[in-house]
Amino acid sequence: MESPEPNIVTNLPRPAVTARPQAESAPGEVIFDLKNVSIWYSAFKAVTDVSLTVHENEITALIGSSGSGKTTVLRALNRMNDLVAGARLEGELSYRGEPLYGKDVSATAVRRRIGMVFQKPNPFPKSIYDNVAYGPRINGERAKDKLDEIVERSLRRAALWDEVKSRLRMSGLSLSGGQAQRLCIARTIAVEPDVVLMDEPASALDPIATGAIEDLMRELKSQFTIVVVTHNMQQATRVSDRTAFFYVLTHSETDTRTGVLVEYGSTEQIFQDPRDSRTKAYVTGRMG
Amino acid sequence: MAPAPTQQQKVDLREPPSWRRTKNRIATTLMVLSFTLVTIPLGFVLFTVIAKGASVINWSFLTSSIPPNVLPASFGGIGPAVLGTLEITALATVLAVPLGVLGAVYLNEYGGSRPLARLIGFMSDVMTGVPSIVMGLFIFSIWVLHFGFSGLAGAFALGCLMLPIVIRSTDEMLKLVPDSLREGSYALGATKARVTLTVVLPAALGGIVSGALLAVARAAGETAPLLFTILTVTTANPNVFSGANTSLPSQIFVNASSPYVGAQGRGWGAALTLIAIAFILMIAARLVTARFARFVR
Repeated sequence: MESPEPNIVTNLPRPAVTARPQAESAPGEVIFDLKNVSIWYSAFKAVTDVSLTVHENEITALIGSSGSGKTTVLRALNRMNDLVAGARLEGELSYRGEPLYGKDVSATAVRRRIGMVFQKPNPFPKSIYDNVAYGPRINGERAKDKLDEIVERSLRRAALWDEVKSRLRMSGLSLSGGQAQRLCIARTIAVEPDVVLMDEPASALDPIATGAIEDLMRELKSQFTIVVVTHNMQQATRVSDRTAFFYVLTHSETDTRTGVLVEYGSTEQIFQDPRDSRTKAYVTGRMG
Repeated sequence: MAPAPTQQQKVDLREPPSWRRTKNRIATTLMVLSFTLVTIPLGFVLFTVIAKGASVINWSFLTSSIPPNVLPASFGGIGPAVLGTLEITALATVLAVPLGVLGAVYLNEYGGSRPLARLIGFMSDVMTGVPSIVMGLFIFSIWVLHFGFSGLAGAFALGCLMLPIVIRSTDEMLKLVPDSLREGSYALGATKARVTLTVVLPAALGGIVSGALLAVARAAGETAPLLFTILTVTTANPNVFSGANTSLPSQIFVNASSPYVGAQGRGWGAALTLIAIAFILMIAARLVTARFARFVR
């Protein structure tokens, strides 16, 4: 088992972190363990040598400027990158101790345990009910009363039930942006995943809907482990327990760019007491 | 101290007379003129067919048997041709649409940029350009010479014509389905087949159906592929799988080449019937597209 203390990458001295009580007192089990992970899109090396651990029942935020590889790393965690032609991963990436990119690992089985919410709400062109019941159905659940129960429970957990309970048969496309995103969250948690990955879940939403999504994330933390990519630093400080800061490295000679993990630690430490000057510049708003 | 209110300057928001304005006028005039020119032949065709065909059309014309050519237009009707067109086109649709939709699913969802998929896509585009009479000759040589004339042979020929249209229109519709929907389904642990069946095809259904209906309308009006495959007889043949058959377009061809005024009159009636069938299919396609339009955005 990995050390529960936050990892710091790129040869920085280990900080004496005054982490949040939660992270300090009872750090959950290690869910994801990345060691020197590099991800390529054909000849383009999108991220280089990322090492970090994600702990159970915590919210881990990935922040950094555009092109720093946050989303690429996130999509590697449930093998969504498999859908991109030419994508490949080097290094070790384990999920609960099992190599995620092992030989016999089925991407489909992985995604049933590790769900994902996307940047743009993407409800299926089906009824609200069918959207939420989609996951349980593809897992073989056919019983009507069981599905009814799952749909209601998931929509309640996603704080959407009261707004849609009278119109479950209406198209999922009829919802507003914030509602649609909560529908997508309900759809994701309906299959009872272990981990929920969120790719800038609130970037297309107004501040009120964003607040609703953030409240929801804090709610869901007790049941799921959440990894969230965000451009919004306030959001990272508001919701996350740990924060990883990514940065774009440019090589002027070879004219290549790649994303690296600069610093990883408790959210408090990253924002209050960053070790790296680039992290400091970013979190204080002087860069990115 | 508040500044004294100053006289506001007058702003002229009218378009100044200029070369730009003149160019705009010229272009608009040209567009209106071209549109008018385009509608003239179309209007003439419709006008002529309606003027000559409307007088003979009534319910018994659509259902009665085809009389000898010498009888005047008020006798008999084109029942066997209507029956033939309906059964042959329906059979061709049953043959071509599932095949075309599955082909397009392969091209778009499975084949990707593999050489085989590219080859099939290219061949299907080439097939769109093959003259319909060539399709008829093709079926004549590989089917009719061995098994004789039948509605089935006609359906094969029409199916060959419809196939590339269905593939192309379905392919375009599948391309319109946003990848975010596919990803949403994959993220829930769906397999590729499941993603295609439960998300991609339903989302594209409206476009696929309207594309198929347009292909049907196109095939229903084809004459050349039927000339060598169904023989065009005057008796009704409810068995589409064996024996010579007839159809509206080939009946029009036969009647139009006949010297008898009565037969020609029935030909005009058949032409109007055919246009009406195509028109109904087009409207159905529009309705289906509108019904499902909200799904492809």
